[in-house]
Amino acid sequence: MKVAITSTGNSPDATLDPRFGRCSYFVIYDTQSGSTEFIPNPAREAEDGAGPEAVKLVASRNAKKIVSGEFGLKIKPLLDSMKIQMIVVKDPGKRVSEIIEMLNH
Amino acid sequence: MLKASGIKITIASGKGGTGKTFVATNLFQSLSMERIPVTLVDCDAETPNAKLFFKSKKESTREVTQKVPVIDESHCTYCGKCHEYCNYHAIFFLPQSQMIKVIEELCHGCGACLVACKYGAILEKDSELGTITRYSLTNHNTLIESRMHTGVYSPVQVIKKGIKEATDQIITILDAPPGTSCPFIHTVLKADYVVLVTEPTPFGLSNLKQTVDTLRLMEKSFGVIINRAGLGNDEVYNYIKQENIKLLLEIPFQREIASTYSRGTLLTEIEPEWKKKFLSLFDTIIKENGNINHQR
Repeated sequence: MKVAITSTGNSPDATLDPRFGRCSYFVIYDTQSGSTEFIPNPAREAEDGAGPEAVKLVASRNAKKIVSGEFGLKIKPLLDSMKIQMIVVKDPGKRVSEIIEMLNH
Repeated sequence: MLKASGIKITIASGKGGTGKTFVATNLFQSLSMERIPVTLVDCDAETPNAKLFFKSKKESTREVTQKVPVIDESHCTYCGKCHEYCNYHAIFFLPQSQMIKVIEELCHGCGACLVACKYGAILEKDSELGTITRYSLTNHNTLIESRMHTGVYSPVQVIKKGIKEATDQIITILDAPPGTSCPFIHTVLKADYVVLVTEPTPFGLSNLKQTVDTLRLMEKSFGVIINRAGLGNDEVYNYIKQENIKLLLEIPFQREIASTYSRGTLLTEIEPEWKKKFLSLFDTIIKENGNINHQR
């Protein structure tokens, strides 16, 4: 299964980005193979509609779960209808590697 | 008094809480006490409050609506044209999973998606944005209030309808929302003259500069009122002098003025001296506006 994690940088040492739609990077983590892919968020500076754009990106990579600091009102119904689970982590200091660790246990 | 019929005056400011509503309501009241026909439009649709200062009777309320698309998936071929046409990302489209959804909050009601769809899969429904309420006041004049509904993305449509509700025949005072973004632009767009209310503080100056830059781009004539004069420093004065901007009025930083306002009382109603000052403010505006039009 693939999990998307919002990240402030493009390495596992980077911390979780607390914003979903306007995060710096998406990390696509594959729980089976253990591989990670870092994708810069193209909608980061978008005037509006950053959330739906981010949903599209995550959905196109077949992620079934998203880990972020918070999710906006406009995208919750979208994610619900696609059965993508939202996981809120309220610890901005958490590193991507630590979140991956948590997902493996 | 100079000829003023039909003039539209917008009271605006980049910074919130500088005294826009104070100026708008008192200017309106001073003219009303002279039996001059004038309409006040509260364009601060997110938090309208001008009504609090008047004894009023509600005349009418009407809903402001906008058309939003409804997708009939039985006719949809998932071609993505509507998504492509939408400038506001209001149509969420995921071709690989044949998923299409309207995000109503992002829709501007432009109707481009309707034009885009060749399969008749897009229908429209009304979405309620806010209300326009007309009040008749004991001072014989009219107050029009624009009020958006909680959760609506932008107040612009409600503001535009509120301004349209006022007749072009008589003097109109538009109380603008704070800032220099779209809601402000639309309150200024139809104005003949703009009164900028600021305060002599670094925040006041910074926001005044932004507003002045915007108004110059829009080629609007304007002047400045300094509220809470005596507070802060001289930088606002230096700036308007340097930029050759007309100082229309100074309102001193006084406890009595603030406490009168916080009780919901209009200063011009209880202090004849202030009524005179606001009437002369109006004369200055008319003169300034006339001069500029004359030069054109």
